[in-house]
Amino acid sequence: MSTTEVDFTAPLVATGNLRRRHRVSRAAEGLALGSSVAAVAVLGIIVAYVVVHGAGALSLDFLTKEPSPGGGPGGGIAPAIVGTGLLVGVATVIAMPIGVLVAVYLTEFAGPAAARPIRLALDLLNGLPSIVVGLFVFGLLVVGKHQSGFAAAFALSIIMLPLIARSTQEMLGLVPRQLREAADALGVSRWRTVLTVVLPSAAGGIVTGTVLAVARAAGETAPLIFTSSIFGNRVTLDLLGTPIPNIPVQIFTLSETPDPSGYERAWGAAFVLLSFILVANIGARALLTRSRKKMGR
Amino acid sequence: MGVRPSDRAGDTLLRGLCATAAVAVIAVMVDIAYQVLHGSHQALSKFGLGFLVHTTWRPNFDVFGAGSFLYGTIVSSLMALLIATPLAIAIALYLSLMAPRGVRSIVGSLVEMLAAVPSVVIGFWGILVLSPFVRDHLEPWLHGAFGFIPLFGPPQTTGSSTFTAGLILTIMVIPIIASVSRDLFDTVPQELQDGAAALGATRWEIVRGVILPSTASGVAAAAFLGLGRALGEAIAVTQVIGAGTGIHASLFATGDTLASRVANEFAGATSTLHTAAIFYAAAILLVIGLSTNLFAQWIGRRFDPSRLVAR
Repeated sequence: MSTTEVDFTAPLVATGNLRRRHRVSRAAEGLALGSSVAAVAVLGIIVAYVVVHGAGALSLDFLTKEPSPGGGPGGGIAPAIVGTGLLVGVATVIAMPIGVLVAVYLTEFAGPAAARPIRLALDLLNGLPSIVVGLFVFGLLVVGKHQSGFAAAFALSIIMLPLIARSTQEMLGLVPRQLREAADALGVSRWRTVLTVVLPSAAGGIVTGTVLAVARAAGETAPLIFTSSIFGNRVTLDLLGTPIPNIPVQIFTLSETPDPSGYERAWGAAFVLLSFILVANIGARALLTRSRKKMGR
Repeated sequence: MGVRPSDRAGDTLLRGLCATAAVAVIAVMVDIAYQVLHGSHQALSKFGLGFLVHTTWRPNFDVFGAGSFLYGTIVSSLMALLIATPLAIAIALYLSLMAPRGVRSIVGSLVEMLAAVPSVVIGFWGILVLSPFVRDHLEPWLHGAFGFIPLFGPPQTTGSSTFTAGLILTIMVIPIIASVSRDLFDTVPQELQDGAAALGATRWEIVRGVILPSTASGVAAAAFLGLGRALGEAIAVTQVIGAGTGIHASLFATGDTLASRVANEFAGATSTLHTAAIFYAAAILLVIGLSTNLFAQWIGRRFDPSRLVAR
């Protein structure tokens, strides 16, 4: 037993030890707050630079004109804007149906044994460095042939696929079991239940998940530098035959040349790209919270 | 009551379609591994595992070794992880425990927004803003204060360095670790925290004694996810690391990583062996990336099956 004399009549006051513990706690809280402020500040600084410098480069011509011949000053990035839209559009057309089908398979059909390798493949795809995806498509579709818009869109679709599959799977998991049971009780067949009950009630979440994947794909550079980086000023619909101009590679190549007028155009292009991505993100997140709430969570 | 033939056909069709899509996903993953290994075949048979330690990369002489890239990859990613993990945990703790409700959702989305900024934009900002700052202020200061450690050698004139690349990677990795950790901290039962508080624990002691121990494995898994992201980042690193060769003790020297070298060679390979060497570098990246990912899943599952972290 302790031999320390305790004066039970003394009032309860903070001892030195308690004060020290509170100081440690307050310091930790300060560090946590400081870290959060720092992270937000970094985002703010990056966005501010892009906005300030990008807005200077922005004009109607910049958005609607082709780059000036020879890559000199003036001119716009219209082909790259249209091209990025085209590439991401084609990638979405490839990735969205497959992603949704995989998610349906995982939640509606597969047993645990069948689901495991598929989940694993999705996780691994998701964690794969995007440059490796680019090189894969380079080896599959470009080596021995030539760069093409389709190769680039295919690479982007591999990036998007696990994102869409995962978010869809999450939304399908939120669909109340009672809905499925009610359909079963009415004698509705499985495929009708999936198509008319399960998918429609998860539709909002699936769309927002896809929008997030689109935002991610729109900014990806690594899958494109091997598949669609040597492009002219024209966007053609000949996806199989020609590389398609796009914003990320445009920024990348401009940033690698030490030409200040190129930097200005790169800031402008970054502004266009970042605005699209941030708006898509904010919109998708707002929608996602809403559709989650609607599903009763 | 029998099943209508049309329903039976519909069921089979939908099931078949879904299964095909699922098989396609596995096939793509397998084919990626196959293509990358197949592409690297020539370099693999010529250089063998010596590729991993040799540091000469001379396309003109058909001599290739990825030793210095491997070194640069490890150093820049570890630096990013060492800085990012404590910061990200602190952010997650703030979001999960301290922030008032309104602030919480705003700051939380802003941190996730940081992850949405494309790497090419971060890299471009890194070239024009971060590199000069690092060169003019951060590196001279660190060299002056800690110059006796070989890591902090004399600063370079360009600002492109392994150190700058590490900082860029830190920025890219923080939101990943932070958002996973926040979700983990949110799962710690309130009763446990209240119990500790009732025993007189301060907020920090609750974190130390209850929250961190019960989520440690998940946080470790999150850090590994971040590491995987840092190892594989190609574009932003290419932009700021300076494409240097050789292994330098100083972080302030230029360097190169596997991913950034692969990205750098996009201008075109000079020979088939060159192409094979690029694929070999990507194959190493693939192996490292996949093992980091699997390891992250394994830690998450092994120590706590209910909180398997996978994003």
